[in-house]
Amino acid sequence: MPEQVHVAVALEGAGWHPAAWRDPSARPRELVSPAYWRELLRTADDAAIAFATVEDALSLPVRGEAEPAPGHVGGRLDAVLVASFAAPLTRRIGLIPTVTTAHPEPFHVATGVQTLDHASRGRAGVRLVVGAPPAEVANFGRRSDAISGLPASGRVEDSPEVLAAFREAGEFADVLGRLWDSWQDDAIVRDVATGRYLDADRVHRIDFEGEFFSVTGASIVPRSPQGRPIVTALAHQSVPYRFAAEHADVVFVTPRSAADAAGIRTELDAAPRAAGTPLRVFADLLVLVEESRSEARAAKARLDALAGAPLASDARIVAGTPDDVVEEIRALAAAGVDGVRLRPARLPRDLLAIAERVVPRLNAADALLDAAADTLRGRLGLPRPESRYAREKALS
Amino acid sequence: MSRPLRQVHLAAHFPGVNSTTVWTDPSSGSQIDFASFEHFARNAERGLFDYVFLAEGLRLREHKGRVHELDVLGRPNTLAVLAGLAAVTEHVGLVGTLSTTFNEPYELARQLATLDHLSGGRAGWNAVTSSDAFHGANFRRGGYLDHADRYERAGEFAALAKRLWDSWPDEGPRADPASGVFLDEGTPSRVRHTGAQFDVDALFDVPRSPQGRPVIVQAGDSADGRSFGAEHAEVIFSLHAEFADAQDFYRDVKGRLAERGRTEESLKILPAATFAIGDTAEEARERSREIALQQVRPETAIAYLEQIWNRDLSGYDADGPLPDVEPDTGSELTHGWANRHAAVRARVDRLRGIAEADRLSVRELVIRLTAQHTFVGTPGHIASEIDRYVQERATDGFTVVGHLTPHGLDEFAERVIPLLQERGSYRSGYEEGATLRDLLGLPSPVRGDVPAGAR
Repeated sequence: MPEQVHVAVALEGAGWHPAAWRDPSARPRELVSPAYWRELLRTADDAAIAFATVEDALSLPVRGEAEPAPGHVGGRLDAVLVASFAAPLTRRIGLIPTVTTAHPEPFHVATGVQTLDHASRGRAGVRLVVGAPPAEVANFGRRSDAISGLPASGRVEDSPEVLAAFREAGEFADVLGRLWDSWQDDAIVRDVATGRYLDADRVHRIDFEGEFFSVTGASIVPRSPQGRPIVTALAHQSVPYRFAAEHADVVFVTPRSAADAAGIRTELDAAPRAAGTPLRVFADLLVLVEESRSEARAAKARLDALAGAPLASDARIVAGTPDDVVEEIRALAAAGVDGVRLRPARLPRDLLAIAERVVPRLNAADALLDAAADTLRGRLGLPRPESRYAREKALS
Repeated sequence: MSRPLRQVHLAAHFPGVNSTTVWTDPSSGSQIDFASFEHFARNAERGLFDYVFLAEGLRLREHKGRVHELDVLGRPNTLAVLAGLAAVTEHVGLVGTLSTTFNEPYELARQLATLDHLSGGRAGWNAVTSSDAFHGANFRRGGYLDHADRYERAGEFAALAKRLWDSWPDEGPRADPASGVFLDEGTPSRVRHTGAQFDVDALFDVPRSPQGRPVIVQAGDSADGRSFGAEHAEVIFSLHAEFADAQDFYRDVKGRLAERGRTEESLKILPAATFAIGDTAEEARERSREIALQQVRPETAIAYLEQIWNRDLSGYDADGPLPDVEPDTGSELTHGWANRHAAVRARVDRLRGIAEADRLSVRELVIRLTAQHTFVGTPGHIASEIDRYVQERATDGFTVVGHLTPHGLDEFAERVIPLLQERGSYRSGYEEGATLRDLLGLPSPVRGDVPAGAR
């Protein structure tokens, strides 16, 4: 029996190639239209893709003088709201918007993602992004600790500011989890005889006091279908791996090869983690798909020429045929990842290729892991967590 | 030729987390399921309402040191629900209550612009301020702002949001594949603001939305609130629904517009209105009474008095006279309710006066205070009353509040709306592609009418 993996997609503007908006198939003036997002997410939903992440950032791409970069796509929609818009339009796919942890209030994010979980009947998640780039800090104007990137060593642990950003993100994730647990499943009793709508003993203040946040109350939203929506993070090195192991259900990694993927898996498996809860590891691949390798190479070369530089990416790039993509996925599966997250170079073109050419081939090769389940947690084989407050109460 | 009739504007308020919402009724459904919101919004669309209106929850109400148990408690995130409704409706406006105290202008302006894009121009923002440390305890700023500061923040917030929305050209990005120019030089324009509350140097990252600026709704009734309203509001959700009072409020608020260079049409006043419908006047009165008894159960009546008295009154009988003890003026027993009254003792004296004069029990008094319907009668009577308010310039329409989730406005849409249409004062259909601004008959926003606000 072959190794099986989940397939997810990452949706970003016109696609992940910086010049994707100039591809003849692109619709660069529709990137903020409801029709565009409706079509993308329905395409992914119909294709038995496990989940879609929706990228986001709280600033425009800027060049040196902090002015907008004229050749880049500038302008996007709030990802939590795009996912919320997609919830009633889709049936099976997990919806995972990107949220940065430096600016939004965790209370708003927690209730927004819980509401997405209710509206989608258990298909919600969130991808947390750590840190406060200077352009975002200027847009918000309330903090002075902008982080312009990694230190010269390239290692997170060599920058106190970046380490602090990871501690802040850790608290952010902790607050989300506590708020999601704050209502027990059975808190609403609707007991007409006693006139009680809910049982106050089954709703818990979180009373969180941290270095960065203090949040007192319970969530305003009753516990959602998954209990806790899926938390995800992208990680490239040890500190982020440990952050993901401690706080996430799914981690996106960027192996250069199958052997590299096996090494990352080993490091993640060794990181401290709450007992008994599996961490799902998804390898990212940036894909450009055509029917022949020469067409794919030519398409990529055209875009590279338009961009003025060859495509650079943190994730491995596969420009090839559907079979090439399938082969890469199967190699990663053999190296022990739980899934792959495909980043379409061009939207909607490469998403359509994934839906119509790649996923069916994986399926035919019996390499697609697609558990029949009602919720995203269920599809990923993750248990539904009990509220920590219910557990504490049961123990006391 | 007779003058054209003034047109009635109606908003549909999703029932909130208060004693108005009757959850004990067997036909009452979930306050959380998206299906409830979908039904509610689709019904509002069948009734050709201007918009659906949602409140906001920032902390669960507490009473006597515990979360409140008797009324509906818990609700979804306002923006997330409205984004979902954008997908399942085509015409009705989508207005959410969102605090200027516990949000940041860049982020909220971006979310509202997103909602305007996703809905094709149907977004609105009920801008509210929040004063107390109780709600602030859920937010990283700690949240407490005293009264004057919170309106200063609200004013700076709204002005900054408008400038962010205005910072992109109407036609959106150039996005020209041939030349490779996605954004023209200087697009979007930079928004710099230095004020007492905000200090930003922003490049907004959402292109111009269909309405340019989402519609701004406002509800505050204090002097600061009215001044904010005259400056920024395009709809006022007032609590002045009694006819003479409504006319006074209408005259006062609309009178403040000219000096700010605004027209009377640039602001609509839509007070909250509740209703009880019957086939006859008598049946409607019975229905109103029945709803009031559902809304104010004995334990609800006692809890209501406890909020005012600020002390535990659980030993008192709801069918008996008012408590003979004095109110406690110490620390607050109740947190998170909208109406707080500083002059507790005077209020208690006034309530005792009413109860004694009319020989009211606790429960009857609370019904009188909280559960009187604005309109009680046959559909014809209610339609003619609504029309009278609008023709005689007491209001521009109403924000209608039902008592059941999610079916509370079904009967209103089925029975009252057609009669308003017969009278000629209500639309007979939505115009294709109309924005919320179009539905409300509001003028388009004028770019550049917001002062830079630097100081």
